[in-house]
Amino acid sequence: MKKVAIIGVGITPFGELWDDSFREIGIKAGFEALHDANISSDDIDAIYVGNMSAGRFIDQEHIGALIADYAGLAHNNIPSTRVEAGGASGALAVRQAYFSIASGMNEIVVVGGAEKMTDIGDVEVNDIQSSAADQEWETVFGATYPSLFALMARRHMHEYGTTREQLSSVAAKNHRHGSLNPKAQFRREIKPEAISRSPVVSDPLRMLDCAPISDGAAAVIMCDMGIAKKYSEHPVEVIASAQASDTLALNQRKSITEMLATKIAGKKAMEMAGIGPADIDLAEVHDNFTISEIMAVEDLGFFPKGEGAKATLDGKTTIGGDIPINTSGGLKARGDPIGATGVAQIVEIVEQLRGKADKRQIKDAKIGLAHSVGGTGSSAIVHILGVGQ
Amino acid sequence: MTKTPRFWRENKNRYNLIGVKCGSCNAVYFPSRIICPDCGRKSMGKMDKFKFSGRGTVYSNTVVHEAHEQYEMQKPYAIALIELEEGARVLGQIVDCEPYEVQIGMKVKSTFRKLGQDGKSGTIYYGYKFVRERE
Repeated sequence: MKKVAIIGVGITPFGELWDDSFREIGIKAGFEALHDANISSDDIDAIYVGNMSAGRFIDQEHIGALIADYAGLAHNNIPSTRVEAGGASGALAVRQAYFSIASGMNEIVVVGGAEKMTDIGDVEVNDIQSSAADQEWETVFGATYPSLFALMARRHMHEYGTTREQLSSVAAKNHRHGSLNPKAQFRREIKPEAISRSPVVSDPLRMLDCAPISDGAAAVIMCDMGIAKKYSEHPVEVIASAQASDTLALNQRKSITEMLATKIAGKKAMEMAGIGPADIDLAEVHDNFTISEIMAVEDLGFFPKGEGAKATLDGKTTIGGDIPINTSGGLKARGDPIGATGVAQIVEIVEQLRGKADKRQIKDAKIGLAHSVGGTGSSAIVHILGVGQ
Repeated sequence: MTKTPRFWRENKNRYNLIGVKCGSCNAVYFPSRIICPDCGRKSMGKMDKFKFSGRGTVYSNTVVHEAHEQYEMQKPYAIALIELEEGARVLGQIVDCEPYEVQIGMKVKSTFRKLGQDGKSGTIYYGYKFVRERE
């Protein structure tokens, strides 16, 4: 198996990008990444695009061909593949590119992730988001996407004594990080009390526990490590890629206070990298709701089960803490254009490992982890990146 | 967009809480599955219909304040994961009580109710909801 490197990254601002179309944001991120990697379109062997639901958000399917076309690559006839795994779509696109390079089939691959969510109204967006859950046995009974995470939060509170104040500390921390990220959707700090007082969406989760609706795109250029030095002085290596599945519906799981898919993907990835949680300098985790980040930092092994919430309130996951989590602002503050999210996490880790994360920089960061979740934990994907291995 | 066929084919199961019991390990599942996740191939052809009593306890609960369009009129409403007495868990609404009355451990039983409909003049869907079981 060949070693795989990342030699370029690009990302659009995340937010309500009403002036830009889906194709425009996809291409902007892609070109920024190509420029960063100092390669031309002739060098590209393949494209993978992470996108959850363009068919419903913008009435457009066949996103693979669309992106290749508008990137000016249709004349090169480069194969382009769209990948979907709910909220983990972007991460899955990265993983497909990883396979294609590790196998030796491709040398240089572009991975894009994009979603355009604000071309339609909020009500429809909520409906589409919930389609990553079980439409026949969950949403049909009136369950919304946030309500499923609220069920997990309520049970986590019941079993481990997790508090409202601790949930709010997750969002407050991610907003603080987001305030340092020029590409973030929310670049303003929010007081924990304001989070605890925001309108109830699905009790106990409130509006400021939830990631926003966002437009945005991100891209990375991946290549065979053997040729990476030709393009980049300090290529970042993908030292592990792992994925796991779980039941589609929440009622089928033995435990709803953990995401078993995250535990398994995290464990596999760390085994592949030959490291443990203590070796990781920073992580981007899937905080689509505050409770999701609490479960993620426990399931990935950064904290024992039931102690993730307290650790967050104690400041252990902030920039400068023991294990900085979501230095980009996470899904909560950077924004969550679904298909772009998993790729945006990789962009943040690469910038950190290059030492180019500016005010968010984690000193001497050498190993970073990215964790993406589809649905309520039905898919989980973990990548570990490193420099100076 | 009408979803009638997709709903109709599950009517019997949603009306009566019918799932399956694995003939190999006796585990019960709701909704029905063709294969037992624990027994795999051994369970093929042995997944027999199984009717749940509808009695159970609340495993976790929430009160929905931001609802999908067709449930707008009902909000705020209680949604819960219910652990049925036979073992499987099921998601459903809890009705006929204040939504904030619902608590983990509360005893409930299933009841037959209208779930929703396709637009103003479309097909009406029915199925289970749960009510508090008073001791």
